[in-house]
Amino acid sequence: MTEAWPDPAAWLILLPLAWATLAFLAGPGRGGRLAIPALAAQCALALWLAVSLAESGARLHPVGGWGAPLGIDLLADGLSAVMLLLTQAVALALAVYAQAYFADAHHRHEATWFWPLTGFLIAAMNALFLSADLFNLYVTLELLGLAAVGLVAVGGGTAQIAAALRYLLVSLIASGAYLMGVALIYGTYGTAAIASLAPLIDPTPPLATWLAAGLMVVGLMAKTALFPFHFWLPPAHGGAPAPVSALLSALVVKASFYLVLRLALGPFAPLAEMAAWLAGGLGAAAILWGSWQALRTRHIKRLVAWSTVAQLGYLFLIFPLLAADGLAMQAGVMQAVAHGLAKAALFAAAGVLMRATGRDTLDGLAGVAGRVPLTLFAFGLAGVTIMGLPPSAGFLAKWLLIDAALASGQWGWVVVIIAGGLLAAGYIFRVLRRAFLVAPEDSRFHPVPRRLEWTAFALAVASVLLGLRGAELVALLG
Amino acid sequence: MSTGLLYALAGVLLFVLGAAGAVLLAHLMRKVLAFNVMGSGAFLVLVGLAQREDVIDPVPQAMVLTGIVVAVAATALALGLARAFHARTGRTGLTEEARRD
Repeated sequence: MTEAWPDPAAWLILLPLAWATLAFLAGPGRGGRLAIPALAAQCALALWLAVSLAESGARLHPVGGWGAPLGIDLLADGLSAVMLLLTQAVALALAVYAQAYFADAHHRHEATWFWPLTGFLIAAMNALFLSADLFNLYVTLELLGLAAVGLVAVGGGTAQIAAALRYLLVSLIASGAYLMGVALIYGTYGTAAIASLAPLIDPTPPLATWLAAGLMVVGLMAKTALFPFHFWLPPAHGGAPAPVSALLSALVVKASFYLVLRLALGPFAPLAEMAAWLAGGLGAAAILWGSWQALRTRHIKRLVAWSTVAQLGYLFLIFPLLAADGLAMQAGVMQAVAHGLAKAALFAAAGVLMRATGRDTLDGLAGVAGRVPLTLFAFGLAGVTIMGLPPSAGFLAKWLLIDAALASGQWGWVVVIIAGGLLAAGYIFRVLRRAFLVAPEDSRFHPVPRRLEWTAFALAVASVLLGLRGAELVALLG
Repeated sequence: MSTGLLYALAGVLLFVLGAAGAVLLAHLMRKVLAFNVMGSGAFLVLVGLAQREDVIDPVPQAMVLTGIVVAVAATALALGLARAFHARTGRTGLTEEARRD
């Protein structure tokens, strides 16, 4: 049964595709004025979807009325609604930021294909969150990867192109592994629909299923930049223009994590217990290694990018704890949302700091506290979420995670979580401390559009205040 | 051994060869070609493994067609970036220096 017309799920994919195409046709550097109202409409659609899901539970939309297996089904449930809301909200704020960022003469050349690529990126991400079939998920993963690689290269510099190539190669090999997994699953069970696979896979599956699960999960971990597959992330996210870094770090890496979570909760649940320790261990290593690198780097954006490597580690700590109860899953989603908002704010603020000082190193920051206090405040607030201090959403995520670890008697993870929080405080304060130093005589500050400062601030405030409304988010997850 | 299984085994072989090439080879062009070999291997497994009986299953065929389109797009992007990289640096492979912190 198809509904008459506006199913928000379908429009969440169609609308960004439409404005991305129009922005492409409009020519280089154009499309911002189209993207912002369209993203506002997408926010409303995602909100509408979330409200209707809260009332009536998960819903299926067969595209064009064809239905699986030859048609495509869109499945929306609480988990996808949360990710959709996060994506639209962060993308809207970053679009407002990007329009002001690229208006500057020094950055205009970087905006050439920013808007169409962003539109395709968001369409792919929305489609990913709504897909109900392993093969459709492969297609959306590839679309997302290609758009993200295009965005990394959008600046056109040599380092950016090298970073984009490296990212593309990792992404292609990873999705190749995922595709092989899908092929083995389809060959074994004759279906790729997540819902029909779940009852078919028992705790003692054939070797092909193990192999498939391994290939798919390793591929997705590489796309999420989980340690030791993180090497492509710092150059790609650290080297791109600030709005691009923010989009990639806040949203894109979460998409492949979402898929791992989906698989671990659904069809691969019987297998998850065996590999969960490995995922948790890698997550712990990511937290320590990423934070350590963030404490060492000399560049502001590299610091924020290494912080992403560390924060992604938390997402994988939930897997050894998934069995306990719903707590770990809530913690993971809360961390994804908190980090999404905070990391967008950090990159947006880092972009302002670099614009104001004209330099990209931490040493160049001396004196910015007096020049762009609002941005520094935003950086600090987002830092509160990253460190996991109350009342931020990051605190809530880590609290739920510690709760889940204690409930299942796994003390070791608690130590890692707390150590990660302390290390995060270390690298956030590296930035704040330098910002309050006295500026050297010869330093020159450039004026920064107010809109850049306010969007960074709004994102940071959202990441903190969300901690107070965590109950609604958890209720939506069901 | 059925024909389908033979295809699938050939696919696994191609996939492993391609994956090894994509990871180990340094030349960007070779990496892109190896990725295509890898993808073809996965497609062979997808079609071969699903055709164990005499009835043709159309779903994997539709999937492979879609997959080929995706692979063509990815190859085009990779070649475009590799050319841009070569034009700027004169090099044909990524070296360690791009990875430095």
